[in-house]
Amino acid sequence: MIETLFSNVDWDKAWEKTVETLYMTGFSLVWIFIIGIILGLLLFLTSEGNLWQNKFINWIISAVVNIFRSIPFVILIVLLIPFTRVLVGTMIGMKAALPALIIGSAPFYARMVEIGLREIDKGVIEAAKAMGAKTSTIILKVLLPESMPAIISGITVTAIALVGYTAIAGVIGAGGLGDYAYLDGFSRNQNDVTLFATILILIIVFIIQFIGDTITKKIDKR
Amino acid sequence: MISVQNITKVFTTKSGPLTAVDHVNFTIDEGEIFGIIGYSGAGKSTLIRMFNGLETPTEGSLTIAGKDITNIRGKELRLARREIGMIFQHFNLLWSRTVRKNISFPLEIAGVPKDLREKRVEDLIKLVGLEGREDDYPSQLSGGQKQRVGIARALANNPKVLLCDEATSALDPQTTDAILDLLVDINRKLGLTIILITHEMHVIRKICHRVAVMDSGKLVEIAPVLDIFRQPKEEITRRFIGQVTEPEETKETIEHLLEKYPDGKIAKLSFIGDVAEQAIISRLIREWPVTVNILQGKVSQTRNGAYGTLFIHIVGNSSDIEAAIDFLNQNQVGVEVVQND
Repeated sequence: MIETLFSNVDWDKAWEKTVETLYMTGFSLVWIFIIGIILGLLLFLTSEGNLWQNKFINWIISAVVNIFRSIPFVILIVLLIPFTRVLVGTMIGMKAALPALIIGSAPFYARMVEIGLREIDKGVIEAAKAMGAKTSTIILKVLLPESMPAIISGITVTAIALVGYTAIAGVIGAGGLGDYAYLDGFSRNQNDVTLFATILILIIVFIIQFIGDTITKKIDKR
Repeated sequence: MISVQNITKVFTTKSGPLTAVDHVNFTIDEGEIFGIIGYSGAGKSTLIRMFNGLETPTEGSLTIAGKDITNIRGKELRLARREIGMIFQHFNLLWSRTVRKNISFPLEIAGVPKDLREKRVEDLIKLVGLEGREDDYPSQLSGGQKQRVGIARALANNPKVLLCDEATSALDPQTTDAILDLLVDINRKLGLTIILITHEMHVIRKICHRVAVMDSGKLVEIAPVLDIFRQPKEEITRRFIGQVTEPEETKETIEHLLEKYPDGKIAKLSFIGDVAEQAIISRLIREWPVTVNILQGKVSQTRNGAYGTLFIHIVGNSSDIEAAIDFLNQNQVGVEVVQND
């Protein structure tokens, strides 16, 4: 039944493309997580009334984050071509997509981290200060644990958006399920391949959402 | 032990400078429970936050155990803060940590090794009466239990001073009393100096040795609690005392009586200490040909003795009434004749 419905699907190739999508998503997600948390913390800490209050630095980071968040992803890939060439040495393949994926999504995630940090009760930070805590202790033992549900749900949303970005990157030669749907499906007029690639992407998205929701629920003790 | 000298805090706001605390001076003895009372905006919150450097004063100095808190920074300030515990109106617990882990937090900050930490946390849980709730998260606790965690946490590093920032204002009356009893207990057991701010005279009456009254950033009155009850100098102080001695319905009853019985006099009597426990009224009735109608009475216990108020309606001919009032005055009873406005 499935064999006849998706008669043009090459199963080995579909699997290979799925792995490519997962690789691109997973690898860039790790970097986005790290960069996003650092930027989010900086945005929060340098904002008015906080530990490292600094209008100038806050303005700079804010501006950079807003600029990269506003550029449409397709255009960002093209803009980053020279940078990618220097960094990765090539313009095609999965690796070439990574810089654009990370730079395109980290600022978005940083904003979500910042929002999560803002929701922490100021009184709790003050209590930690009153106990004689260093800023590093406040970051590691108060700010991050207290905003963890927002950090996790934020990375879930980002991961899902990222799956979409890998598909766009795929169309211009990065591999993955987007590439499969576009080249093998659309270009060769094989609608069943496009449909199958779409189903695989949906499954990936559902799994990410499920994992994210489960973890958020488990750690949220509010 | 604690000396506050000429302390002033001016905030710069959009509408110009705002003096939150205005040249305040006082000292606090070791082991004392010292209350600061004032309405919201009186500057008491800003004042208490200067005791642990959460606010830095614009002027003046604040010395705790010989160390001037106001001009230390960085590591030295962090070390000094470990000797000053603080509890808050909204508890400020970390929701992501269990009771045990919340109490352990200040010990982690101070770098206490894990085995010592665990032992200390067990002791503190017993001290504040939270046995059995160790592994609960704050969201599973009632307000009173949360404040107990707050107190245990504040005491973890054996501080010399405990600051209470409206610590009972978010609690119901019963829970408030339980928390106040715990504070008195800790004060006795550990000899801890407690500084608390509040807008409730009930809190001052129940546990404080001395009280300072604040109004618009200035300290307007400071005295032992019983003295404040006996002889309030300022109008604002009288209003705070009224919170515990004159329930709202008394005023209405008195107004009603003044209208209904234009003859005779209504007097507010105040009794201090031993006098509060003597049978003055029965002597009054026996010795003077007057009728006494008791309207409202209350005895409040303070840390330094009892304080009672009694509203009575005296009927008789005017010379007898005058003589009766003289008799009361001679017996160390404060008499205030309530007039019809």
